[in-house]
Amino acid sequence: MKELNKLDRRSFLKTSALAGGGLMLSFSWIAESKAAKTMQNVAADWNELTGYIKITSDNIIKILCPNPEFGQNVMTSLPMMVAEELGVDWDKVVVEMGPHDNVKLGPQFTGGSNSIRMYWKPLREAGATARQMLRQAAAETWSVPIDEITTKSGVIKHSSGKSATYGEMANKAATLTMPKGLQLKAPKDFDIVSTSQKNVEGKKIVTGKPLFGIDYQVDGMLIAMIQHPPAFGMKLQSFDAAQALKMPGIKDVFSFKLYDTDFVQGGFDTRSFNEMIAVVGNSTWEVMNARKRIKAKWEPTGDMIEVMSGRGGNTEVTVPGRLESTENQMAMMAEKAKAPAKEQRKDGDPETAFKNAATVIERTYNAPFLAHNTMEPMNFFAHVQEDKALVVGPVQAPGWMEPTLGKILNLPADKIEIQMTRMGGGFGRRAYGQYVFEAARISQKMKAPIKLIYSREDDMTYGIYRPMYTATYRAALDANKNLIGFHVKGGGIPESPIHANRFPAGAVDNYLAESWEIPSNVTIGAFRAPRSNFNAAAEQSFLDEVAEAMGKDPIEMRLELLKRAKENPVGKNNDYDADRYAGVLELVREKSGWGKAENQKYNRGVAAYFCHNSYAAHVVDMIDRDGSPYVERVTSAMDCGIVINPDAAANMVEGAVVDGIGNAFYGSMTFKEGQADHNNFNSYRLIRHNEAPKQINVHFVKSEADPTGLGEPPFPPVFGAVANALYKTTGKRFYNQPFDSSDQPTNI
Amino acid sequence: MSKYNIKINGTTKVVDVDPTTPMLWVLRDHLNMPGTKYGCGIAMCGACTVHLNGMAMRSCQLPVSAVGSQEITTIEGLSEDAAHPVQKAWLEHDVAQCGYCQSGQIMSAVALLKNNPNPNDEDIEAAMSGNICRCGTYLRIKEAIKTAAKN
Repeated sequence: MKELNKLDRRSFLKTSALAGGGLMLSFSWIAESKAAKTMQNVAADWNELTGYIKITSDNIIKILCPNPEFGQNVMTSLPMMVAEELGVDWDKVVVEMGPHDNVKLGPQFTGGSNSIRMYWKPLREAGATARQMLRQAAAETWSVPIDEITTKSGVIKHSSGKSATYGEMANKAATLTMPKGLQLKAPKDFDIVSTSQKNVEGKKIVTGKPLFGIDYQVDGMLIAMIQHPPAFGMKLQSFDAAQALKMPGIKDVFSFKLYDTDFVQGGFDTRSFNEMIAVVGNSTWEVMNARKRIKAKWEPTGDMIEVMSGRGGNTEVTVPGRLESTENQMAMMAEKAKAPAKEQRKDGDPETAFKNAATVIERTYNAPFLAHNTMEPMNFFAHVQEDKALVVGPVQAPGWMEPTLGKILNLPADKIEIQMTRMGGGFGRRAYGQYVFEAARISQKMKAPIKLIYSREDDMTYGIYRPMYTATYRAALDANKNLIGFHVKGGGIPESPIHANRFPAGAVDNYLAESWEIPSNVTIGAFRAPRSNFNAAAEQSFLDEVAEAMGKDPIEMRLELLKRAKENPVGKNNDYDADRYAGVLELVREKSGWGKAENQKYNRGVAAYFCHNSYAAHVVDMIDRDGSPYVERVTSAMDCGIVINPDAAANMVEGAVVDGIGNAFYGSMTFKEGQADHNNFNSYRLIRHNEAPKQINVHFVKSEADPTGLGEPPFPPVFGAVANALYKTTGKRFYNQPFDSSDQPTNI
Repeated sequence: MSKYNIKINGTTKVVDVDPTTPMLWVLRDHLNMPGTKYGCGIAMCGACTVHLNGMAMRSCQLPVSAVGSQEITTIEGLSEDAAHPVQKAWLEHDVAQCGYCQSGQIMSAVALLKNNPNPNDEDIEAAMSGNICRCGTYLRIKEAIKTAAKN
């Protein structure tokens, strides 16, 4: 009884104070929280002050990171926000990845550049709440008014000279009612936030500790791999596993279905194939070798009907069964681009503006599918038993995996435990759980703990790709070279890239955005802002060309449009803050020495973009290096509000710049008869050391605005800046990605 | 299956595996040394880099049967506590993002510095271009190598 009371009082009612952040549910979750149950057994001395903070009597202060880490450094930056308000020294804090518990630890979703933004308020509130409870405990212990209690560096003090560590007061504090409505610190008072702190897992990374899902192992664990159909649009007809089964170390070879026929798919249940062959054995090499001995026959799927859940109820979607090749995908897109499309936004009278224009500039941009190519291939551990399941591995959104696991395993949510490991990259790929569900299915069949590993070839040919996109942009200029009309019509396989309310919407009197799409069986999904990274490439190189036709400097031309959007915006729902957009352009102009004589040796390209709540601008400095265009230096300006961890934030931007240059030049996945043309790094080219710039200078706009993310925003405009620098270097405009290919059109 | 005595990080380990098994999987699956990473299996990414007699080698292309009496060093063998100058430099520059490729990067960098204690940019690029970092930490890697060279 005492134990129950302790749990109750210590931790679980306390979370209700966090409801203000919009993340915590206020119902009693003693019965709901799996972590609560484990706590009962293993963590007797941990006093839990809010779901995020645990303090032992001997003053070990632990902060739980709610969100999975895939290199964006949330394991450092999120706990920094807690520590700031808790009032402890950062170097005294122990950081640990939290358990999966959406009730206790919020959404726990890594993606959409949202971690910092969505946890900014709740994590500071958690720190402030815990600090207040510690002060209250001291006030009660010492019988003094709480107002007379101060804290500094994890020590509680009273003016009489009494003092105690947080640890000494933690046990009592955990029994107190959670205070509400606490005042949070002003940015000028920050001690930890906005200081550069090193990656809390840095030491483990450089010493090769087992941090990643692929490193996870338990006694008796088997290794599993999957043989998937060789092409999108194909399915398993039959297979002969006799030879594979004879191979040493092999336990079983069997086919399995991922979803039952009546399965209703949620948005992140995307899966490339539903029936596959699993090979299970003692070790990876043995399983890899045995897999080669499977004799499988495949047949066309034909059109498939899938039931998708959505806001308006379930809808049936027909997935075409054709075997797609890049050539006919391009042809289909070119054809569809000519047909009438869906109007997304219209301001003024674009038809008349184009009719009356003195000059019309029209350009079409194309981009291929992209594979994520996380360095750690997809993998997951699963141990499914009759009445419960444990799954462990790299996953961006455990909260989205749990309901699907529940459905396919027929287990209630409280019998499914998901543990999150560090991810060897994500870029959106690990928001989709097909590999988690596959691992669960295989473990269920084997009645054993298994670790599913994708080979690099599996990972690349069996992807959730960045879609293939195209867009045609048109600009109307009057006789005085004023921009009087703007039109974008874009589409893709299988989705459109158009964000109709983004710049330059709002800055041009006559504006039209239209979109279309072509269904496909090639599976697609998030990829570091998939639509934005295409749009920023196309639109920002188009604006460069329009500026040139207007006889204007490309930065000046954008700033003039933004001034218009700010002072006298056209239309409604403009999805950007013109001031902040202009702010990054002004900063990058200043810091890059734009127009300065000393930079004349560079062929310079500029681009800016706003997506996922942050603003980014880059100036790319290109040279001709031994006959090839090479980006030697990049200047970046970002506005993400308050910068939590400046050096780590700069690292993120540097990485996005390198990734952007790499994908702009080389990124491309093509298909032949449904089969991916590239299956490893010998033919899918990624940027390497010698191709990265020598310098990337990152600057942040000084701001006290609430912080926003950096995972996506710096990435998209890199493509446009590279395209514009290529024009300066080669005299040719680049309309088709990847830029480093021989088939660039010559429509200039 | 065959038995092999392999010298790894100064101690001799015994494994009983198929002779074609790459050292990568011997380390990861059989010796519980998962610091050496699987990235591509065809020596195109460098994630599995180890040292064979001090030379950088992709362990995915090194069958256990070819090792013989040669010495293998893995990331775990550099130091337990990040005391190696290259590991220290990595921490000083806070190089890692996801961190998956970094043990391979560090092993390539250590081998480079052993042969060329004071590499210039081109030397670094030549030695390191076999190691892919998908997060794009190349600039910090280069700076860390220069820092390690100074120390």
